[in-house]
Amino acid sequence: MLVPIEWLKDYTEVNVTTEEFCEKMIMSGSNVESVKLFGEGIENVVVGKVIKKEKHPDADKLSVCMVYVGEDEPLQIVCGAANVAEGINVAVARDNSRIPGPLHGQTQNEGATRIKKGKIRGVLSFGMICSAQELGFDDKVIPVAHKDGIWILPEGLSPGADIKEAMELVSAAVDFEITPNRSDCLSMIGMARESAATLASKLHYPEIKISAASDKEAKDYIDISINDPALCKRYAAKIVTDIRIQQSPWWLQKRLMYAGMRPINNIVDITNFVMLEYGQPIHAFDIRQIEGKRIVVETASKGEKFVTLDGNERALDETMLMIKDGMKNVAVAGVMGGLDSEIKDDTKTILVESANFDPESIRRTSKKLGLRTEASSRFEKKVDPALCMICAERVCSLIEMLGAGTVVRGEVDVYPAPESPKKIDVRPARINHVLGVEIAAEEMAEMFEALEMKVEREGEILRVMPPSVRRDLDSEVDFTEEAARMYGYDRLPVTIPRGNSEAALSREENLRKLTRDTLCALGANEIQTYSFVSPKSIDHIGIEEDSRERNFVHLKNPLGEENSVMRTILTPGMLEVMGRNWSRKAEALKCFEIGSTFGKDLIHEETLPQEQDALCIGLYGEGYDFFTLKGMVTEMLNVLKIKDPGFEAENGYRVYHPGRCARISYKGEELGIMGEIHPDVAELMGIGQRCHVAEFMFDKVMKNASTEVYYSPLPKYPAVARDIALLIKEDIPAGSVEKVIREAGGSILESVKLFDVYRGKQVDNGMKSAAFALTYRHPEKTLTDEEVTKIHEKVLAALKEKFDAVLRDV
Amino acid sequence: MQQWLQAYLCIVQYRKVNRMQEKLKIILKNTRDLLEKAAGIDETEMIRVKVLGKKGELTDILKSMGKLPPEERKELGRAANDVRKEIENLLEEKFAKVKEAAKEGRFRLEKIDVTEPGHEFVLGVKHPLTIVTEEISGIFMSMGYSYAEGPQADTVFNAFDALNSPKDHPSRDMTDTFYISDDVVLRPHTSTVQIRTLIKQEPPIKIISPGRCFRCDTFDATHSPMFQQIEGLLVDEGINMADLKGTLDSMAKKLFGSATKTKFRPHYFPFTEPSAEMDVSCFKCGGKGCNICKGSGWIEILGCGMVHPNVLAVGGLDTEKYTGFAFGMGVERIAMLKYGVDDIRLFYENDMRFINQFK
Repeated sequence: MLVPIEWLKDYTEVNVTTEEFCEKMIMSGSNVESVKLFGEGIENVVVGKVIKKEKHPDADKLSVCMVYVGEDEPLQIVCGAANVAEGINVAVARDNSRIPGPLHGQTQNEGATRIKKGKIRGVLSFGMICSAQELGFDDKVIPVAHKDGIWILPEGLSPGADIKEAMELVSAAVDFEITPNRSDCLSMIGMARESAATLASKLHYPEIKISAASDKEAKDYIDISINDPALCKRYAAKIVTDIRIQQSPWWLQKRLMYAGMRPINNIVDITNFVMLEYGQPIHAFDIRQIEGKRIVVETASKGEKFVTLDGNERALDETMLMIKDGMKNVAVAGVMGGLDSEIKDDTKTILVESANFDPESIRRTSKKLGLRTEASSRFEKKVDPALCMICAERVCSLIEMLGAGTVVRGEVDVYPAPESPKKIDVRPARINHVLGVEIAAEEMAEMFEALEMKVEREGEILRVMPPSVRRDLDSEVDFTEEAARMYGYDRLPVTIPRGNSEAALSREENLRKLTRDTLCALGANEIQTYSFVSPKSIDHIGIEEDSRERNFVHLKNPLGEENSVMRTILTPGMLEVMGRNWSRKAEALKCFEIGSTFGKDLIHEETLPQEQDALCIGLYGEGYDFFTLKGMVTEMLNVLKIKDPGFEAENGYRVYHPGRCARISYKGEELGIMGEIHPDVAELMGIGQRCHVAEFMFDKVMKNASTEVYYSPLPKYPAVARDIALLIKEDIPAGSVEKVIREAGGSILESVKLFDVYRGKQVDNGMKSAAFALTYRHPEKTLTDEEVTKIHEKVLAALKEKFDAVLRDV
Repeated sequence: MQQWLQAYLCIVQYRKVNRMQEKLKIILKNTRDLLEKAAGIDETEMIRVKVLGKKGELTDILKSMGKLPPEERKELGRAANDVRKEIENLLEEKFAKVKEAAKEGRFRLEKIDVTEPGHEFVLGVKHPLTIVTEEISGIFMSMGYSYAEGPQADTVFNAFDALNSPKDHPSRDMTDTFYISDDVVLRPHTSTVQIRTLIKQEPPIKIISPGRCFRCDTFDATHSPMFQQIEGLLVDEGINMADLKGTLDSMAKKLFGSATKTKFRPHYFPFTEPSAEMDVSCFKCGGKGCNICKGSGWIEILGCGMVHPNVLAVGGLDTEKYTGFAFGMGVERIAMLKYGVDDIRLFYENDMRFINQFK
């Protein structure tokens, strides 16, 4: 909400600097987004009168103008604007002047531009005739008449006068952020009310005077009925005849322009002015377009079409409230008028509509039509129905004041269920309790009164009647905030809550943190990818139909296909990150993500989706292979006290290389999968190297994890080490061999470790040599050589029997 | 004859003793000479063996002394021992010298170029948003707040209705919030966890809850349809707005430094009343005004307020007895300010050159 300070001063005194004003308003609850300064950066620009205009000898589109600037000699200025004409007043940037805006045709504004005399196509030009834009006005507020040309100034200015003084340009407008509960602040008077309360000044309402010279009555012109009173609380109308459509006077144009609106003509400008002044949207109909002298407020029929003021045809439905005459639709209530009812240059009689529509209905309609206007955005919030009549009359008084029409006596005001004023009981003691202060009841009452509330004192209670424009005040707690902001948040004391409490991480977050710490220590970087993905992300990585990875939770209103479903696994995001880093020339990468995955609850469709944590680890780079990843995975599980997880070859999951993929399990429960990414998938994801990924169902990992540590006594008796090298068939997994060794070794076999696998010269084709280090130890005695040998022989015999393994000389 | 013989033998004996003493002198001299010339540990050791070894020259003499009569043995023994001691001293000295020399030689040989790079030990780094989340959670946990979690897909009830959000509030629109069904949304804020906790737990309630949130914002430098928040909630008897100020002021000082000042401005949220936004004094310019704080000296970092009685009532609490405050802050925003990151999308691009900077 752009509030020009000068406009605000119409209603209340603002006797502080703009900076101080902003600071105080912020602290009393009206946040300032920015301050716009007008008239800044203008130097040596004066009013000039064009006394002669001739075509430039060498350029079709240029004119050579003689401009009188109050000196004996007029200035010769070359001008390219089409709307320059003899007899008009213009803004002249003289030699060695400054203007704030960009030069015509340029968009970039590099601060102030300096203007100097010079030759244009061989003709001397002693300055420049300025456009409004060049003087710092935003394109969207400049009247159409001089939007694409120079700024034609009003008559009656004295040539040579400084433009800033002649047009009273220097001023500031404060852009306030209005929160959705404060619809009353979407108006100059609303902001003046806040300002008055903040600066302890008085608030003056505009004086509304109508002489109503017409001898007719408004009801002779129009009959109004509201057929959907739930959607239209009140409809008030006044009639004005003998309309003279003109340009508005500069003071009115300036008010609108500084508030961010483009002046159109006197009638439209007045309706906009009153809307900005009170927050009540006003619509003016050309009465010629209203057939049957009737206004009917009711919803549209499904399938109807209607052309709005902007020339677009709109499809209507039965939820949209319309303004109709006896025959047809004339406006979408509270949103936009119809093309035909627009005020035209020859409009003679108008109906001034000042109505109150249901916010929810307006919001829905505006949304459905994709049409958000100044009017609809105000009606969407709550507008005070008490304003209808005041504003209709304010419009009439301004029309009269500008001599733009004759106001017809009386009005038609349909207000089926007038509101009664609210009275809310407020306990100052309770407010003090919530705020941690001790404001005296009387002081609190004065704070409310400063905001135009009426307060009755009843013992310990204040009975407060807020002004009807304050739609946000319903219960005591709302007044707690009113008291707090008037007292000043900065004056509230600063304390630390009493009482002690134990803080604890959740078990899950504790395990996540431990896992993050572990993987970082293992050299992996943490990544975070989006929770919503494209369903194609699963196609890309070769996941089969009907797999759980395709059990997508779909968004009803995604931003686009690429983020339309919730991720079911993290691998696609990981591969995307790997591909992105590969394309950005990262030679190696090791990273992980822990995050939620989502699945449709197939049993209870209507309940929340299933959300489960997943963990994904990915790596590529020289020297990294399956076993690098397996080593990381094993150590990570180890830290989570998941010892000796199972790794079983998997060749049917198409994300991975069929010969380099393993299912990871613990105590018979599958935890995840890992492997080298299938070369086709890697290629599709743009990773030009072998890459490896592990994905865990992290919820299951957490279920099996523990963070508890138990001490086991250090061994008292020595260990006996025996290394063996076995010649076995290539396809026998090392894991199976290890299992047999463990079983045969029994309880005194403390550890088995595969330390070398050899294939090559001394080993036949189809065979490999696997070297294991075995450690025997008895917890209660020193083992003798014979005892060890006995068990060791048993191990070798078992290996011979199971795998036909031959002992090879080491 | 007897006397003569005795005298003769005495002379022989005497000569023998004399000769042996001579020999001792020679051994000492030779050893000294040899040691002087000897170069390494090995050579020195050879000399030791030659003289003091099992078959060494001096050892021989000592061995042969057994045949001498006790008096001479005594005399000669003393002399031989003196020589041995001297030789041992010489050897010890020599060994020390050659060992030192050998060490020096080894050091010369083993000299390395210390300016060559070290072996790589690379510690991974957490995502910057995790770092900030853990830091802020840690601050609140040190103040006694426990960690609470809630799902990212939650009910409309938890996301809006229970949070006192008006039925027609624009944030409920499909242009603002992602819907999975008519009743389930991707939560637009972590405040859903307030409701879940209020329903589940009796006061005192003191929780912090970080997590992902979603809103229908299109991607640009400062907007992301997915972002992260940290929610806090304290409900107990006698909690007031001064407590809210004290708590968040203390948090800001821990997060941004003890010189940080805070400013609370009135604002509006449906679920708190009174509501506020908190600004911190700009940590770059200290409040003088710069490009980070857009010249104001202040930076907005969170929204907060006293929990609306309607929200407490959802949890079945006696709203006269209990009061509380709640706050929520955007993790990306704080991370962007803290680290000077100028594009929110960088957090989800996961370029390793970006991530690696947060080590």
